[in-house]
Amino acid sequence: MTIQKAPAGPGHEASPGTQPAICARGLRKSFGDQVVLDGIDLEVAEGTIFALLGPNGSGKTTTVRILSTLITGDAGAVTVAGHDLRAEAGKVRAAIGVTGQFSAVDGFLTGQENLLLMADLHHLSRAEGKRRAAELLEKFDLVDVGKKMALTYSGGMRRRLDLAMTLVGDPRLIFLDEPTTGLDPRSRRTMWEIIADLAAGGVTIFLTTQYLEEADQLAGQIAVLDHGRLVAQGTATELKRLIAGGHVLLRFGSADALDRAAALFASAAARDDEALTLQVPNDGGVRSLKDLLDRLDQHAIAVETLTVHTPDLDDVFLAITGSQR
Amino acid sequence: MSGLSYAVRDSATMFRRDLKHAQRFPMLTVSGLLLPILLLLLFEGVFGHALRTGLGATAGSASYIDFLTPGILVMTAGFAAETTAVSVCNDMAEGIIARFRTMAISRASVLTGQVIGAAFRTLISATLVIGVAMLIGFRSSASPVAWIAATGVFIMLTVALLWLTVAFGLLAKTPAGANSLALIPAFLPFISSAFIPSGSIADGGTRWFAANEPFTPIINTLRGLLTGTPIGHAAFWAVGWCIVLTAAGYLWARSLYGRTRPS
Repeated sequence: MTIQKAPAGPGHEASPGTQPAICARGLRKSFGDQVVLDGIDLEVAEGTIFALLGPNGSGKTTTVRILSTLITGDAGAVTVAGHDLRAEAGKVRAAIGVTGQFSAVDGFLTGQENLLLMADLHHLSRAEGKRRAAELLEKFDLVDVGKKMALTYSGGMRRRLDLAMTLVGDPRLIFLDEPTTGLDPRSRRTMWEIIADLAAGGVTIFLTTQYLEEADQLAGQIAVLDHGRLVAQGTATELKRLIAGGHVLLRFGSADALDRAAALFASAAARDDEALTLQVPNDGGVRSLKDLLDRLDQHAIAVETLTVHTPDLDDVFLAITGSQR
Repeated sequence: MSGLSYAVRDSATMFRRDLKHAQRFPMLTVSGLLLPILLLLLFEGVFGHALRTGLGATAGSASYIDFLTPGILVMTAGFAAETTAVSVCNDMAEGIIARFRTMAISRASVLTGQVIGAAFRTLISATLVIGVAMLIGFRSSASPVAWIAATGVFIMLTVALLWLTVAFGLLAKTPAGANSLALIPAFLPFISSAFIPSGSIADGGTRWFAANEPFTPIINTLRGLLTGTPIGHAAFWAVGWCIVLTAAGYLWARSLYGRTRPS
């Protein structure tokens, strides 16, 4: 297996020059009886994009809330931007920017006023604040709506304004909690481009997502969170190797055809006699699909329909949590 | 810059935010203003005659509007505080507050900004209440110094009530809950010397309460300053209560704001 376990224990303390942006050891959090984070270890290198991947309720948002000083963990040693999370929360706050899952913009202010508010709170001068606000409105394609109340913005515009506000203070480390959840495909693409641009500029990004595709697109390192535990950690390629591709679902017109096909792919196929379907492992590439169909053709087996199933988060969870249980 | 000057600067920024909100939604300010003016007209115009007759000698020779106006002023502060509890509770549900909490800004500045904004609106309301009172016959015997002193007492009362209701707004889970909690300071003046002298209430628990609750010395002090009735020890009690309530409200609100919620 290529699961790269999160580094743990002593001897892994980073030297000053290569200090990680985030380092967490044994982070725990419970709300009442409910254990939300059951001892997680994370290490995010400076200047990289790190994705925390997991379904709803896995503890992603709680992790972000703890790392961004919104709430405190019950146990664990955590440093963020080189500062201890508990002892130096103020210094952590000065170094980070947070864009939450639920829009953190002031709906009653205009886009421009929201940015100026951030500039004031970062103690920029009036002129510098105005310059920064104008620059960010431009960069995030919000110039046209800059003088409208944020209440009237679409989901994509609110999310862009949200991120723009986070950038006013030039944070070195940005937390993005599900930055594209609920966005249409086009807005999602735009958001991805923005995030990739930021990382190219040297900003460290800690991102949570429930989409494998998003983690794949953006992140160098991905950690998979399930029920408050990290079940896998590695690069997108390493994680994908775990799930070993997808499959195609073949549906036949008769039980006889199904029998013959099942005999043909005996080793790796899962059959369903009720639905007359056969599930055959396949990566979904044109080459391998053609091979599959050629083989069926050679044996004169008629296929009614064929569905290609590409690997998704479900497969990752099946593969990872299934293999660990 | 020192921590204190950052705190002042952040509070000023938050005050500007509060002003912009008020500007976008003037109804909140207007509704906070209408209620005390309606009460003023109601008690003077509708109940005034009966109350005057009932009070007889206790109210002295002064007209009832002179007796009533300081009480209505105190209620103006109470109602403004009530609206503030609701708007603080609403505001806390906004994502922007979570953002403030993750920023390196003075912690209570968002609350301080709201208190300053609300105090500002309350002063405008009070000025208008006095204007309407004068239109329907209120005459003050106060010297400029007494007016300044009365303004000072009024501001102290307003700030005390506001910090208390900001805490209510933080404590309540819903705006409706915040409203119910904040009704307490808004309605306490009814059982005080606002409308009738506390001495004219029938003997018993209510009378004792009316004579000793915080609003009574505050109202009596304002009344004394504005219309020349005797103040006596009321001034000390008034200032004392304001300081105690401000300190309690501020510390309570601060600790509630700092608390983390599991959600």
